[in-house]
Amino acid sequence: MPEHSVVVNQIGKRYRIGSAPTQYRTFRETLIDTITNPKKRLHGKMTESNSFWALDDVSFDVRQGQALGVIGRNGAGKSTLLKILSRVTEPTVGSARINGRVGSLLEVGTGFHPELTGRENIFLNGAILGMKQNEIARKLDEIIAFSEVETFIDTPVKRYSSGMYLRLAFAVAAHLEPEILVIDEVLAVGDAEFQRKCLGKMSDVANQGRTVLFVSHNMSAIMRLTQETVVLEKGKLVMQAPTAEAVDYYLSHGFSQEGFRTWTPDEIPADAAPFAPTEIRVLNTQGVISDTFRSTEPVVVEFEYTLQAPITGLRVGIYLLSTRGEFIFTSFDVDEPEKYEHFRTREAGTYISRCAIPSDFLNEGRFVLGVNASTFKIKRYFHDEQSLVFNVDGTGAPGTQWPEPRAGLIRPRLSWTVEVKK
Amino acid sequence: MGTKNVDDTVQTFIQPSKGWKIVDLRELARYRELIFFLTWRDLKVRYKQTILGVAWAVIQPVLTMVVFSIFFGQFAGVPSDGLPYPLFSLAGLLPWQLFENSLRTASRSLVTNRNMITKIYFPRVVLPLSSVLACIVDFFVALPILILMMVYYRYSPNIYALLIPYYLLLTVVTAFGVSLWFSAMDVLYRDIGYVVPFITQLWMYLTPIAYGSGMITDPKLQFLYSLNPMVGVVNGFRSSLLGEYAGLPLQSMLFSAVISILILVSGLIYFRRMEKQFADLI
Repeated sequence: MPEHSVVVNQIGKRYRIGSAPTQYRTFRETLIDTITNPKKRLHGKMTESNSFWALDDVSFDVRQGQALGVIGRNGAGKSTLLKILSRVTEPTVGSARINGRVGSLLEVGTGFHPELTGRENIFLNGAILGMKQNEIARKLDEIIAFSEVETFIDTPVKRYSSGMYLRLAFAVAAHLEPEILVIDEVLAVGDAEFQRKCLGKMSDVANQGRTVLFVSHNMSAIMRLTQETVVLEKGKLVMQAPTAEAVDYYLSHGFSQEGFRTWTPDEIPADAAPFAPTEIRVLNTQGVISDTFRSTEPVVVEFEYTLQAPITGLRVGIYLLSTRGEFIFTSFDVDEPEKYEHFRTREAGTYISRCAIPSDFLNEGRFVLGVNASTFKIKRYFHDEQSLVFNVDGTGAPGTQWPEPRAGLIRPRLSWTVEVKK
Repeated sequence: MGTKNVDDTVQTFIQPSKGWKIVDLRELARYRELIFFLTWRDLKVRYKQTILGVAWAVIQPVLTMVVFSIFFGQFAGVPSDGLPYPLFSLAGLLPWQLFENSLRTASRSLVTNRNMITKIYFPRVVLPLSSVLACIVDFFVALPILILMMVYYRYSPNIYALLIPYYLLLTVVTAFGVSLWFSAMDVLYRDIGYVVPFITQLWMYLTPIAYGSGMITDPKLQFLYSLNPMVGVVNGFRSSLLGEYAGLPLQSMLFSAVISILILVSGLIYFRRMEKQFADLI
């Protein structure tokens, strides 16, 4: 068995700017060009001005049995990298060597046909993912059991709910048992329970000594599943390090550190509709946006968003995380039952959900604020675990008379009493 | 790019592709189960939620035959090489519809399955190939009706019926070759979706389905006409089935084969060259 499962050697991928070539050229133009000037490539040469490097000189390797995380902001080249490694697209330059069968969970439900039954789709999807027919037949019962759709297994999948469809699709992919598993953000789909199941399945895979490449925006999942992580930034690999270190680097670089984060329409995923986040900001008690707060003052969090249509059962909330991706708390604006009753259905319009993280609560350090807008067990409209980063200064916090770092993420002011036992 | 088996583990080497290898048959053989399942899916899905189901494979050529017989055979009196017109047209329509259906479905196969192309690796040629294979099944479903017609008109095939598989092969090779061109172009230019129905319709008029090729007498035109490989195929299929041949038509057999193979090979080369861009452009 070779020591390395994946060796990536100076891979680069260049894309043309602009979505489709048809936008600029008609069939007729190309035809005439090809006839009159046959030496010219079909779309002409790519130049520095009309193309960009989605991946640039990326090299790393993954040891046999290692779980490697891949993190980076949107457009950093994570998906392109996975596409190259699963051979969907070719690199422009460079090479990679892969020892073992690659199975990827980019492809959950790929090739599912709505007219076919669940059972038929298992066979079809299995074949598309590279499983042998007898292998699928052997695992059929297990796959059906995992998917929890036994009763509907002979019903066309077009009659499935989206949750059932997804569970079936994931069940097939999860039983692929490749030597190298490539996972891209599957956690972004499905309800919380299903996500827990997926995560469980993935840590099983990682514990079985298979090689895992895990791309995610979910830092806590990355921390849980991987030991080592690479960080991509604008197509370049900027770091390959133990996960804790890489996550810390990632979270403290390139985020909004001005105390607010604004979303432009193209940053909002299509499936978030009718929910559209506008801005999240942190303010001090004077109502001024800031990136640094004192531990002794409250941090006011305002999340502004628009509903293009009414949503029933919506809850909008925040996460507070450490820069290592550990959750400190999660809180929703309708956690109080009477508030939930009052806002049972939120009409279309623009809203601000506001709360204050109390004073004398956070320890000094850097904190990451995330947002979540969802309905319980039905749909997660929008979710961003790392919207902005702010600093907390410990001056005046309990115990600061001793200039020593205090362990722990929070530093509450507790009312101690000391009495002499008689 | 290449894959080989070393001690049970699959080794894959990824790099920008070069070279002119037109099709990797060994790799295709490894993907035979996928070809089977995609063919099976196409067949399964085609007649789902229809009342008449697979009967459509028979109804289409038969109804076309009826319409042709009334308008071309009866009213227009189109010559049919001395055969009863309904039998004549059906014997042309069956291989033609095999060709047309293959071309139509295979040409769109890449775009129809774009979510597969953007997400997983497999030899892309599998998609048009399995579309064509599914159409062959339809052909055999419709074939008994032609045999019934032959019994009715008391035509019995002779030894030349052995040529029928050859003509079917030519039909499939030609359809596959043309659809390699069209499907690869379809990825870049969705115009192909509009062009294909139009082309198949024109192509049918240029093939002796509704009329006998005896109508074309000018030798220059005859040569141009025979450049259409489907002319040789349809005439050959009809003649060998209905026992019209008196000797082996070597020259026309060879001529059709050369043109079909040219189309296939050029299609494979074009497809191969475009293949690496499919996932980025589709």
